[in-house]
Amino acid sequence: MIDYSRVQSAQLAMQNAAYLLALKELLFQLADDDFILAYRGSEWLGLAPHIEEDVAFSSIAQDTMGHAVILYEMLEELGAGKADDLAQLRNPEDFRNAILVERRNGAGEYLENPHYDWAYAIARNYSYGLFKQIRLESLHNSSYLPLAQVSRKMLTELNYHLFHWQVWIRHLAESTEEARRRLEAALEKVWDDIGDLFSLGPLAAHMVNFGLIAGEELLLQRWKEKGKEVFHSIGLEWPGDPRVPQQNGRAGEHTDDLVQALATLSEVYRLDPTAKW
Amino acid sequence: MAQQTSQLHEELLWNLLQEIKDPEIPVISMVEMGMIHDVSAEDGVVTVDVLPTFVGCPALDIMRGAITEKLGSVTGVREVRVNFLFEPAWSSERISDEGRDKLRQFGIAPPPRQYKPGEPWQVDCPYCGSPCTTMENLFGPAACRSILYCKQCRNPFEALKPI
Ligand SMILES: [Zn+2]
Repeated sequence: MIDYSRVQSAQLAMQNAAYLLALKELLFQLADDDFILAYRGSEWLGLAPHIEEDVAFSSIAQDTMGHAVILYEMLEELGAGKADDLAQLRNPEDFRNAILVERRNGAGEYLENPHYDWAYAIARNYSYGLFKQIRLESLHNSSYLPLAQVSRKMLTELNYHLFHWQVWIRHLAESTEEARRRLEAALEKVWDDIGDLFSLGPLAAHMVNFGLIAGEELLLQRWKEKGKEVFHSIGLEWPGDPRVPQQNGRAGEHTDDLVQALATLSEVYRLDPTAKW
Repeated sequence: MAQQTSQLHEELLWNLLQEIKDPEIPVISMVEMGMIHDVSAEDGVVTVDVLPTFVGCPALDIMRGAITEKLGSVTGVREVRVNFLFEPAWSSERISDEGRDKLRQFGIAPPPRQYKPGEPWQVDCPYCGSPCTTMENLFGPAACRSILYCKQCRNPFEALKPI
């Protein structure tokens, strides 16, 4: 008899179809969030406000991409397919990332007239980072032990990312009037989308019952508590309750922005998935 | 007899691992970084448990390749297995004293001992030892490193983050 409050390996997880299904669904949410946001981060390469920030942002994006890789590898171990294929060959409707992480960085294309919005980059990365911190803390108690273990290590790294973005939020909030206005506008834009970040999708109840992660309400509540505290300390007005976008990314519903991102990021891989790099 | 062989093996294997440098900081070995958790040999199969410094470290494949190549050349070894483990998690406490000296000589300040997460930490200049340093960039060329500036000898330098 397997104890489903402590599942020690992929082999054990695979012996219960319902557990496996909920676990894979959760891992896709975690991996796809990091993967797509890291891709959006990589599109800032060479465009950040100064060279130091360029170095910092690309380090953070690379580290976040590394988190996605580990999570895709965990999925591979669970029989979901090859990690590289999971990242590069799935269709948009197979992705489980939240809408927030797939939005374009701003007007224009990376190679053609990029007019990206730096305040939006800060607002998005900070809001997501704060949620990721809370999600990772919850995963420390996950019934899937390999995930609980890796979540502890990831948190030590994420804390540095979050610290970086928090310095920027404060910097913009306390800088010129224009900087603050742009930050507030960017936060409004983030708030329009951020609702489905807290969603665990159609299998939410199973995930919670299997002890994989805390429930949506609890995650949202903790995020609001921490966020309000930080906003208050900076003198920023709390933008209110998160609003839910039209699409639910956790259910595989996405915007054209994800279609565009996937087409770009997998273009080379799709040419020859067997090529070695 | 068999047991003796495997013991000999393990000592030899650790010595060989000592020769494998961190791909990003070529003066320090993976052993000195505290990244090698365990090495065992049985029936010609060598298993090396490695603790990555960062989950998102892009050099993991390079490390796997270097370990496989180095240990695979030992007579009697037919297979090398490299596992990356996150339990126990690598922490900067694991860097040996020799490792810390080598980092300093390379111009990288080692992380402080007994660091409490979330707290600011003091970094002494690896060149002149002065504590009068400023953090220029929390994120250096790799996620595990920061860029600092020494107000005493006016050198920029890198520091490993405490983790
Ligand atoms: Zn100095």
